[in-house]
Amino acid sequence: MSDTRVIKVNNREIEVPSNLTLLQACEAAGEEIPRFCYHERLSVAGNCRMCLIEVKGGPPKPVASCAQNVKDLRPGPEGAPPELFTNTPMVKKAREGVMEFLLINHPLDCPICDQGGECDLQDQAMAYGRDGSRYEENKRAVEEKHMGPLIKTIMTRCIQCTRCVRFATEIAGVDDLGLVNRGENAEITTYLEKAVESELTGNLIDVCPVGALTSKPYAFNARPWELRKTESVDAMDAVGSNIRVDARGREVLRILPVLHEGINEEWIADKSRFVWDGLRRQRLDKPYVRKDGKLVPASWDEALSLVAEKLKAAPKEKVAALAGDLVPAEAVKALKDLMGEIGSPNMDCRQDFAKVGEGDRRNYLFNTGIANLEQADAILLIGTNPRAEAPMINARIRKTWLNNLDVKIGLIGEQKDLSYDYDYLGAGTDTLSSLAKGEGAFYEALKAAKNPVVIVGMGALAREDGAAILNAAAQLADSVGAVRGDWNGFNVLHNAAGRVGALDLGFLPGEGGRDFAGILDGCEAREIDFVYNLGADEFDARRLAGAFVVYQGSHGDNGARHADVIFPAAAYTEQSGIFVNTEGRAQMANRACFPPGDAREDWAIIRALSGRIGKALPYDDMFALRQAMIAEVPSLGRIDQVGGAEDRFDASAAGAAGSLSSEPFVSATADYYLTNPIARASKTMAECSAVMNGAAKVAAE
Amino acid sequence: MASRRPAKDQPASFDWTPENKAWCEEQIKKYPQGRQASCVIPFLWRGQKQEGWVSIPMMERIARQLDMPYIRVYEVATFYTMFNLAPEGEFFVQLCGTTPCMLRGSNELREVCKKVIGEEGHVTEDGKFSWLEVECLGACCNAPMIQISTKDGDHYYEDLTPEILEDLLGKLARGEEVKIGTQHPGRHTSDPEGDNTTLTDPSLYDGSRAQPLKEIPNSAPKEPAGQ
Repeated sequence: MSDTRVIKVNNREIEVPSNLTLLQACEAAGEEIPRFCYHERLSVAGNCRMCLIEVKGGPPKPVASCAQNVKDLRPGPEGAPPELFTNTPMVKKAREGVMEFLLINHPLDCPICDQGGECDLQDQAMAYGRDGSRYEENKRAVEEKHMGPLIKTIMTRCIQCTRCVRFATEIAGVDDLGLVNRGENAEITTYLEKAVESELTGNLIDVCPVGALTSKPYAFNARPWELRKTESVDAMDAVGSNIRVDARGREVLRILPVLHEGINEEWIADKSRFVWDGLRRQRLDKPYVRKDGKLVPASWDEALSLVAEKLKAAPKEKVAALAGDLVPAEAVKALKDLMGEIGSPNMDCRQDFAKVGEGDRRNYLFNTGIANLEQADAILLIGTNPRAEAPMINARIRKTWLNNLDVKIGLIGEQKDLSYDYDYLGAGTDTLSSLAKGEGAFYEALKAAKNPVVIVGMGALAREDGAAILNAAAQLADSVGAVRGDWNGFNVLHNAAGRVGALDLGFLPGEGGRDFAGILDGCEAREIDFVYNLGADEFDARRLAGAFVVYQGSHGDNGARHADVIFPAAAYTEQSGIFVNTEGRAQMANRACFPPGDAREDWAIIRALSGRIGKALPYDDMFALRQAMIAEVPSLGRIDQVGGAEDRFDASAAGAAGSLSSEPFVSATADYYLTNPIARASKTMAECSAVMNGAAKVAAE
Repeated sequence: MASRRPAKDQPASFDWTPENKAWCEEQIKKYPQGRQASCVIPFLWRGQKQEGWVSIPMMERIARQLDMPYIRVYEVATFYTMFNLAPEGEFFVQLCGTTPCMLRGSNELREVCKKVIGEEGHVTEDGKFSWLEVECLGACCNAPMIQISTKDGDHYYEDLTPEILEDLLGKLARGEEVKIGTQHPGRHTSDPEGDNTTLTDPSLYDGSRAQPLKEIPNSAPKEPAGQ
């Protein structure tokens, strides 16, 4: 970046890196350049012509500023800096002309268009267009296209900027979209009108500068200016994508991405974006108590008294607590303190039985960091399908793969389409052990790489020999030089939003305590009398039947169905809470709207219960709770920061050495669209699941 | 030009004839490794020569052959109007409608096509004819003209009038021999109509003007310059 040039923009001198485009240089100088086809994360197409500017000494015509580099500018006479103008009559006329052409075939249906109010074309027509059109002929009409259950198309509005084609091809890695026909008949379409098979399709709606691609579930729901916008954090996977929750009244009406270079750039995955209709279905809005085998509505007082009575009656070693995937750290802290007050060591947050979370924090974190994946030159995926488990991380790996032709990617586990090429190394532990012994070409590739990365997924850890696999993977990372002072290439990829926070808080079996499997076995053997289930739904909840089960959560799913008492709680958009993503980055989710009915915030319910059993927790509000929590685990207070540990990471201490079973790895996420209670309550997600799995079946035949 | 869409009825499969397959293998060698996609237009054209039109199975076959996503081949096939996306008649009439032909009467020829064959883009019931207005075919000196594509090749029929075209189409329908090229009785290829008007002196051609050569030009070596 040391190569800079001095240029003049509107007579103001500025020094810019020579590899910038003229458009970026003008922006650096503080000038706004209108554009449609240019998108800073996509390749340059240069076909909308909206970004025309005047270049002094250049050809006597306007120049498309997105498609020329600063280094290609000719200096003025006697080496004077090249001059650009964005406010001359030529530029004004050029913009008006381009805008007039764009509007020739664009319908005047803004009042019924969902993009209205946040439409690039609308805004730029106001700012840079003429006040009227000289075009009197009929506008063209284009047939609608089918693009799957998430994207609504009104193709007559399309201005052929091809952003969507470039997004699908470059970022999502699915060659499904294209521009067919030519001239006036040019149309954007999917190949033979099939759905776009990607989990990033929602972003097509964001990149579309007009209302041609809009959100199908959100269609005709609201105008952008009616919505209350809350920036928050996504809880659908462990990536912690930054989101903006748009709500009106009590209802979340849509979810949009928020720029975070370190995590999700400016994209989010479809589950994060479209899960919102699940926030109003299957909700637990009042407490329930099981009477005569049936769950009947009850008052908070009744439910709390009953639970307090049962809890007081149960011997402390017969009390257990479980934490689920969508629980913020505050609730976990409260439940852990409650268990501490009771004196029971039986608690666990790993409902998939993953053997992870012991010892050094780096044993269970995505240590490389998501953004640093771009520097990797060899990546080994073990027992993970990042495309389903963490689409934003998968997109980052694809970005690395696109930018670096030499990057080597290897996979041990299920062979799936990951949107980039990889070497399939094997199905399970046999391959891992031989790699760990230093055999195979891929070992050499990792060894030769400057920044090797090993990513272990829950498919490899959530099994009996998980600890041994973790250990083997960490040793492998160490032996290929992935664990150094300046680079930590050992990564665990989680897929539950609340998991890392709960592990940080040590919501794990205490001294002599039972782990998740132990608690389930205990219930079956009648050795556990009381189970407090804080939002855990992804296991066979029938196994709890032997005990008195309290379920606290937002949705009536698997866990609630087999509970004796239900405490209705807020979902992730309805309470403020800290979520720690798989990198170990603590982020604050904010309340976008209030929980429905009698549902309360997670921590408050636990605090209320603690009062009922006479062991009141020492905090009365969220701030006191957070203070106590951060005092205990300082990393939770370092909002939006990663890393921090300076000492050398001891890879051999990760997991435990042991024998490996030869079972092949199975991805932890069987169906990307249905991984948690909120997604399972969502109609949109159900539809996506049906379409995508149906498509996969057809493809397999 | 109407929006071009692939035909509703698509064949179940497509395969190259052995001869074309060998041709494809030969062509692909012309391109460096990783750049085979450049071969897509020759392949589509060859496929059209084989089948008369470009079908979806053909595009998919070519995409697999060249390691391209289907949509990229589809984009190319729909972009170039020379690729027929639906079966055409046995005699596929391409009527040039660009300015020189238009000035010389292609509008009247279009009326003939409409009368004899029917709507543009439709195949006659006997499967013999279909027609399409195309852009300049580069035979402007013999305007107005058409190209008729058949299995045996593409031929130009030039210097047309409505009467000649109607007669021509009638002959083709009856399976009679027709003359290829200019249909003007007094014209040979693109030569001027009638007799020559310049360079008419017979002595230009009988050799009487030839003189014996005294010296062969440039035969003596030149003195090097500057000496």
